Amino acid sequence: MQPAATAAAMTPMLSLDGITKVFPGVRALSEVSLQLYPGQVTALVGENGAGKSTVVKILTGIYQPDGGTITLDGAAVTFPNAKAAADAGITAIHQETVLFDELTVAENIFLGHAPRGRFGLIDTAEMVRKAAAILHGIEAAIDPDTRLRDLGIASKHLVAIARALSIDARIVIMDEPTAALSHKEITELYALVEKLKAQGKAILFISHKFDEIFRIADHYTVFRDGQFVGAGAITDVTPDALVQMMVGRAVDQIFPKRGHKTGREVLKVVGYDHPTEFEGINFTLHQGEILGFYGLVGAGRSEFMQSLFGITRPAKGVTRIDGAVTVIRSPADAVANGIVYVPEDRGRQGAIMALPIFQNITIPSLHRTSRHGFLRLAREFELARDYTTRLDLRAASLDTPVGNLSGGNQQKVVIAKWLATQPRVIILDEPTKGIDIGSKAAVHAFMAELAAQGLAIIMVSSEIPEVLGMSDRVIVMREGRIVAEVAGDGMTPETLVRHAAGIGAAA
Amino acid sequence: MIKTFLRAREAILAGAILLLLALIAIRFAGFIAPANLANVFNDTAPLIILAIGQMIVILTRCIDLSVAANLALTGMVVAMMNVAAPGLPLIFTITVAIGLGTTLGMFNGLMVWKLGIPPIVVTLGTMTIFRGTIFLLSDGKWVNSHEMSAAFKAFPRAMILGLPVLSWIAIATILLFTLILSRTTLGRAFFAVGGNPHAAVYAGINVGRTQFWAFTISGALAGLTGYLWVARYAVAYVDIALGFELDVVAACVIGGIAIAGGVGSVGGAVLGALFLGIIKNALPVVNISPFWQLSISGAAIIIAVALNARAARTKGRIILKRAEHPA
Repeated sequence: MQPAATAAAMTPMLSLDGITKVFPGVRALSEVSLQLYPGQVTALVGENGAGKSTVVKILTGIYQPDGGTITLDGAAVTFPNAKAAADAGITAIHQETVLFDELTVAENIFLGHAPRGRFGLIDTAEMVRKAAAILHGIEAAIDPDTRLRDLGIASKHLVAIARALSIDARIVIMDEPTAALSHKEITELYALVEKLKAQGKAILFISHKFDEIFRIADHYTVFRDGQFVGAGAITDVTPDALVQMMVGRAVDQIFPKRGHKTGREVLKVVGYDHPTEFEGINFTLHQGEILGFYGLVGAGRSEFMQSLFGITRPAKGVTRIDGAVTVIRSPADAVANGIVYVPEDRGRQGAIMALPIFQNITIPSLHRTSRHGFLRLAREFELARDYTTRLDLRAASLDTPVGNLSGGNQQKVVIAKWLATQPRVIILDEPTKGIDIGSKAAVHAFMAELAAQGLAIIMVSSEIPEVLGMSDRVIVMREGRIVAEVAGDGMTPETLVRHAAGIGAAA
Repeated sequence: MIKTFLRAREAILAGAILLLLALIAIRFAGFIAPANLANVFNDTAPLIILAIGQMIVILTRCIDLSVAANLALTGMVVAMMNVAAPGLPLIFTITVAIGLGTTLGMFNGLMVWKLGIPPIVVTLGTMTIFRGTIFLLSDGKWVNSHEMSAAFKAFPRAMILGLPVLSWIAIATILLFTLILSRTTLGRAFFAVGGNPHAAVYAGINVGRTQFWAFTISGALAGLTGYLWVARYAVAYVDIALGFELDVVAACVIGGIAIAGGVGSVGGAVLGALFLGIIKNALPVVNISPFWQLSISGAAIIIAVALNARAARTKGRIILKRAEHPA
């Protein structure tokens, strides 16, 4: 295939027009458009929740759009399943590359379309030879006989790319391909992208990092909240203009009004370091305060919070509660010192489905409802009844297993469980991720109420409106470090995005 | 609610046991005479004690395959001790049995807790190690009845209020662990760890340490049973209770203990053990080949698991409000 001529570049290889995707209660995509051109890179830009991954799933046949058309080489097409998309020459390389650790590189590259020899058996020699040829073509120094698990992440990406080439992919989707790569590996990836361009592949490049977008993309498309915002040639746009397009939104969510009356210092974290995940974390938290932690996925926020809560231990760092140095070696220490953590994945990490409501609620508070290791059931019921009443959780009996409750009530049980510990500091990790707008408002109102009662709240969130709407102060983390702390008028969408994405401190 | 659910499951099993007894009574009415039933219970007592320990281990999403080997090793040690020093007080013998069993159980628990080795691998390994150790200690020789002191052999058979001590120990174990599971923080932790280990971590429960305690309890009960077994049968050798760990696991599975952890009860384990015990004792008296016993036990396991799987499947997701409080 020859490098794309200018005339060919004007005609998209693949075009999405008016694509809509609706999930129960959420309109994930609303009439969005996207064009991919042969031999060119299109960067898809948007915040978390903008609809980027939904588009990827539609392109790879995992989701079916509810409206709109997909045009490939000028003809309308549909991708009813993943195989149809793959047959059409579309392949995606994900952040978490989907490959098989126990198979060799060659087997990974040719899984599902291995060359066949006699009796229909896999022709291993031919497969290894072909794999070596493809790997050579992308200048990847990887032995096709190596087991995948012995490779680093960068090499796994190369294998994924080799797999894409082995099925003659014409359209390559790269979903944050550099998120886990070192600087040198990123440079090599850029070189590879140039090679793919030269071969006339159309590339969709999804990234949060502006420097790389401006370095390798030819076109950009911006989504916001599932809507198409703009598209054009990368040479016609500035980073500032892109940030504006990403975040400039109409105020469509109303957050509870809160009086900013924060009390005395409750928590002070000094010099938290971890060998691989974060370093130099210092901050303070006050009574009645909501402190937002913003950053891109993988910025180290949850990792730091888990260490603060005693699940993992930092190499260094001092926690002061009410000014007194407090050593937290385990989650039990944290709970005993009034710190609780409501993790992101509440389904997996929240309720214990087989246990009754009251036992779920009292689990972190058993030290208060027992004496010498013996439970006092009357106290347990009293505690559970107290908090279910406060949260207006109606169930036939506190003996009902949580698995028999609706999702909303299960969430109430989890909240009741944490409140029943009478915490001073509550860490909420992505408190409204994946819940509908109505429930979000309820959670926000509840957070405001807790803060008003004097609870100190740390809110880890990747949703800018939520961070800005709820927080008194915002700490921005990037690559394991605190890169900014903003409050009051400094809290604008632009500052958060700039710091999180690492676009200089020009603003 | 969960209690009524479990009770319902136990009620089904209890019903099955009654049905089984009725079928046996048709062929041989003497089997259901109270004295014979007491004998069956006494004969099943070791299985009951071990099944309770195993149930706790399974609750925490682990499995202990070393119980029978632990029993055999502990039994050999106390038997040899008795031969060497016949005058030692019985309380000392029992303490050594429980202490050694506990230590062996703790070893399993430490491997799982501190080294993160899968429980099936750890206990498969220690099962072989324990058996091998018996051989090293005894040179493969038997300790026979005439070498054991009279007091050593008499204790499990001593009658109190019409029941042998062995039966009373099983009853005491049932009561003690019913209390521990329902009324202590440790008991609650066993359920929490098995029901949702991630949630347990955030609630401040140390998952590994809880599993360690489960193995410790299982080991302690295996050690106690080791003495009772050797004293009752008045013999100790390398292969006593060979393969008995599978009966123990089977009793738990029949008793509705979820192999995935988090669901189970002492009552279920006891009923599961009784079910197997009745089959084992009844088949010879109704002239059915003991080989059928294996098939019947196997069928009972599959039926029990299938019933549990059905119960789990029919629930589905609760979305309708009115489905939230079923009558």
